[in-house]
Amino acid sequence: MLQLIAFSALNGVLYGMLLFMLASGLTLVFSMMGVLNFAHVSFYMLGAYFGFEIERRVGFWLGFFVAPLAVGAIGAAVERFGLRRLHRLGHVSELLFTFGLAFVIEEIVQMIWGKLPVDYRVPPSLDFVAFRLFDTTYPAYRMFMLMTAVAMFAALFVALKRTRVGLVIQAALTHADMVAMLGHDVPRIFTLVFGAGAALAGLAGAIAGPALVTQPSMAALLGPILFVVIVVGGLGSLAGAFVASLVIGLIQTFAVAMNGSLAELFGPVAPPFMGDLWQVTIAELAPIIPYLLLVIVLIVRPTGLMGTRES
Amino acid sequence: MNVRMLGVALGVSFFVVPAFAGDTVKIGYIDPLSGGGASIGEIGLKTFQYLADELNAAGGLNGKKIEIVPLDNKTNPQESLVQAQKAADDGVRIITQGNGSSVAAALTDWVSKYNDRNPGKEILYLNYAAVDPVLTNAKCSFWHFRWDANSDIKMSALTTFMKGQPDIKKVYLINQDYSFGQSVRTTARAMLKEKRPDIEIVGDEVHPLLKVTDFSPYIAKIKASGADSVITGNWGQDIALLLKAAADAGLQANWYTYYANGAGGPTAIKQTGLSHRVFAIAEGVPNSATEAAQKWEAEFRAKEGVTLFYPRAVNEMRMLKMAADEAKSTDAIPIAQKLEGMKIEAFDGGDAFMRKDDHQFFQPMYIMSFGVMDPGAKFDEEGTGWGWKLIGAVKANDTILPTTCKMERP
Amino acid sequence: MKRAACFLWPWLALAAVFALAPRVFSSGTALTMMSLMGVMIVFALSYNMLLGQTGLLSFGHAVYYGLGGFVAIHAMNAVIHGKLGVPVAIMPTVGGLAGLAFGVLFGLVSVRRAGLVFSMISLGIGELVSSSSFILRTFFGGEEGITTNRAKLAPLFGLKFGPQIEVYYLIAIWCFLCIAAMYALTRTPFGRICNAVRDNPERVQYIGYSAQGIRLIAFSFAAFFAGIAGALAAINFEIMNAQQLGAQQSAVVLLMTYIGGVGYFAGPILGAVIITFLQINLSDVTNAWQLYFGLMFIGFVSFAPGGVAGWLMRHREAARSGEFRRLAPAYASVAPALAAGLIGAAMLIELANRQLAMARSEGSAMNLFGFAVDASSIAPWALALVLFAGGVAMSWRLWPKVGDAWDSVNAGLRAKGRA
Repeated sequence: MLQLIAFSALNGVLYGMLLFMLASGLTLVFSMMGVLNFAHVSFYMLGAYFGFEIERRVGFWLGFFVAPLAVGAIGAAVERFGLRRLHRLGHVSELLFTFGLAFVIEEIVQMIWGKLPVDYRVPPSLDFVAFRLFDTTYPAYRMFMLMTAVAMFAALFVALKRTRVGLVIQAALTHADMVAMLGHDVPRIFTLVFGAGAALAGLAGAIAGPALVTQPSMAALLGPILFVVIVVGGLGSLAGAFVASLVIGLIQTFAVAMNGSLAELFGPVAPPFMGDLWQVTIAELAPIIPYLLLVIVLIVRPTGLMGTRES
Repeated sequence: MNVRMLGVALGVSFFVVPAFAGDTVKIGYIDPLSGGGASIGEIGLKTFQYLADELNAAGGLNGKKIEIVPLDNKTNPQESLVQAQKAADDGVRIITQGNGSSVAAALTDWVSKYNDRNPGKEILYLNYAAVDPVLTNAKCSFWHFRWDANSDIKMSALTTFMKGQPDIKKVYLINQDYSFGQSVRTTARAMLKEKRPDIEIVGDEVHPLLKVTDFSPYIAKIKASGADSVITGNWGQDIALLLKAAADAGLQANWYTYYANGAGGPTAIKQTGLSHRVFAIAEGVPNSATEAAQKWEAEFRAKEGVTLFYPRAVNEMRMLKMAADEAKSTDAIPIAQKLEGMKIEAFDGGDAFMRKDDHQFFQPMYIMSFGVMDPGAKFDEEGTGWGWKLIGAVKANDTILPTTCKMERP
Repeated sequence: MKRAACFLWPWLALAAVFALAPRVFSSGTALTMMSLMGVMIVFALSYNMLLGQTGLLSFGHAVYYGLGGFVAIHAMNAVIHGKLGVPVAIMPTVGGLAGLAFGVLFGLVSVRRAGLVFSMISLGIGELVSSSSFILRTFFGGEEGITTNRAKLAPLFGLKFGPQIEVYYLIAIWCFLCIAAMYALTRTPFGRICNAVRDNPERVQYIGYSAQGIRLIAFSFAAFFAGIAGALAAINFEIMNAQQLGAQQSAVVLLMTYIGGVGYFAGPILGAVIITFLQINLSDVTNAWQLYFGLMFIGFVSFAPGGVAGWLMRHREAARSGEFRRLAPAYASVAPALAAGLIGAAMLIELANRQLAMARSEGSAMNLFGFAVDASSIAPWALALVLFAGGVAMSWRLWPKVGDAWDSVNAGLRAKGRA
């Protein structure tokens, strides 16, 4: 029991950090431009595939550095040549553009790498056991993922709050016109932020690829959860995204580990209209819980837990 | 209005004169050729096209050339019906499908209704991979024939094998939470109780379908239960991630699966390093098949570049030819009448037959394990260097299960 | 009298098209396709009630379509089982009412805010309902879904609706009625207030209406018609499956409505027809059809946000007052360049698809627009690249001519007092 709790907690935090790696880029882009980027998870997928290609030819560590940069470049190009011309048409057009882009990226990935999962492996340097807890082992690679995510959060925080560029970006978040009048190239800042967001997603993909299965549907599987995280945490709040990622990561992992059901609590005979619901265990409900949370949070607090803007 | 202009444009493509069959027989292959299921759908298509070529070289169906018509259903039941209608308009009278019991259920229903409403133009539905038992029980139909052992039969063969394995003492069940997974676990429980009541079922878990990204909590539970064997119907990423988590956690257990031999499975197993711990149940083991079957498979692999995932497709097409030649016709009813009750030697050897009561094919089933190949074994899988090894065999007659089918015959 | 005729003729024409289409396109596939188009027209129009009329971008509209269909199919099975004398022709009402009920239920939660928050809630509810389809197995039928037999319900005027042609006419009649009803809704004060809520919700509150209340009513109506569409689909296919509720189906209706054009009533009708046609036939022509859909969507969002209807309507005034001939030369000069660019792009996609996805197993020989080419040789690639690059470059250079032509057309219209 204790073992279960310990492992679920550890895995929950890890899953939460993975979600945060993705959510951070998305929140940043949203705060900046009011655009919720549907293609963000596609950048995550591209990061995983680029990491795979580079690992196949050279090695994991090169992929670790190069894949995010490549994805960031692609993201910047998308913003510069695609999204920028849509600013004047409004947020709906930008949203729909990224929606279409997500489809296109998935199709191109399928065309180039095939539809089956690819063999993106944990590098031998990280392929050992980190520790044993109650006679189950925990792989070192996951600890590495955890550390990378924490490092990323720290770096992001420092970059935004303590550097000059970060200050300008923060200002452009709320007072874009003023910042432009002060002489900064706001469109270029937007491109930079979008590219940085994409790079973060690419990094998440490059390190999550070996742990999860690298396949064309990996984006679609993670997409909805990511949106739940963003909205529950609060549109526009990085700290909120962090908290929401952890909460949802932990809930998902714990729920999956628990077997209780109403039937177990109250006996096998269901009241007439409950039928299936009576037999359902918490583990079976696990995929729905984030969406329930989303709906509840949005009813109670439409700006999310720590949100600063609605839309 | 502009709908009219469109109409004119559409009109050109629409004056479809139903294709004159002449001396070809069209077989519609309705499976996903784009989207998520496409990788498997394309492999199936290649298999059938190869078989069509082989049979055409031997004279085709009752002297008529076989043409495979690929129809992409995007794994969507409603789309499958649209494609089936297209096939019917195109003169196709035999359709074959396998990926997805949801699609199979929709098709078998549609075929029954179509045949009811269009006498004289009946269509046969040959099912090569959809394993939901309901298709040869409650929803059985005269027009539907199934060549894959349904999931109950597979469990029956597996549990018969387990009867003779005294090392198996504690079994853990883990499955996907949908109709197939639920059926696997209920039949596993029932059949184990019947054949090996001494086996303790130490866990019975279902998890959401294709949603779990990390199976370590499940593995932790399996470890805690002390199970020495795990039975699972998982496929796709669910089996890949499950085995990955097991390898990561150092779980020492044997895995009895339905679909570890599906496309992508061997790669996943090799990645985990679990040699000869993962078992699958199949109708053929490449490395232990008859001489003739091995030769056939070698030629198939050389030409198509993929493993023969569907030895049952070979059985299906060969039986179709036999039925057509014997009935001297390519119409649905005469062929169906010859098919039901037909006995053949299965592709991988051994007696096999198509049961008349429910149109379920019974064939020898094999339990095989994946790992380092024995010297002299010819076939490895997916470029991993590992191959399947025969562990146990169950004769066709020992796999027979009763059926509740009450078939209406024309 | 003339006004009445002017108002009536599009409706008569539409009715004529519905009635006579099966005579012109009589194959079984055509009938199935047209029946599906009828269903999708109702669905897309209901979606536009949300998007175009009230400015609500929903990513989960298929929920009401699916739930309407499921309730309808269960009702049909109940009627068959209980031998109640209900004809299948009124089953869409059941679907509509189910859609309405769920629309009100989920709408109460969804419409509290507009904009992005609404879109995210709709996404969340969509995922919620489609995930619960695995849990509520009796209602959703698990993987196989629920089937029925429409010919077993009570006959109406002697028709049992077994053959596809009868189902087509049933769908056509319902489709016509729904089109009329939804059009009528746009003409009511309610429809106008919806537009106001879309454009300026704050101001709407100043004139005494509750923006939230209006959105809820619009949402409920949209769900009602989506439920009717779902029931029609259930009757047509005689099977309902959890995929009909899912994100994919919601994406398709969004695609249809947007490409058709959200700004005009007839837009979604066009979109539904075009997309359904492509969905059924494009996969026969190419494996990469999903890529084409995605690119088409991006193309429309970037270059033609008004959709097909928007583009056509822009030409209506010009056509009416005879200014069209000023546009013709400009279009004629740009059209070849555009065509070359598009053909080049399609060639590149097909060649890439063949080389990357299929060459390893099927070889590089392929059929491109009727010509046999080898995808691994340089010639077709070079040609495709030249066509694509040249087409794009030429279009870029010649586009100002189109702009100039429009300027002169507008000047001409203003001169005639019609701009």
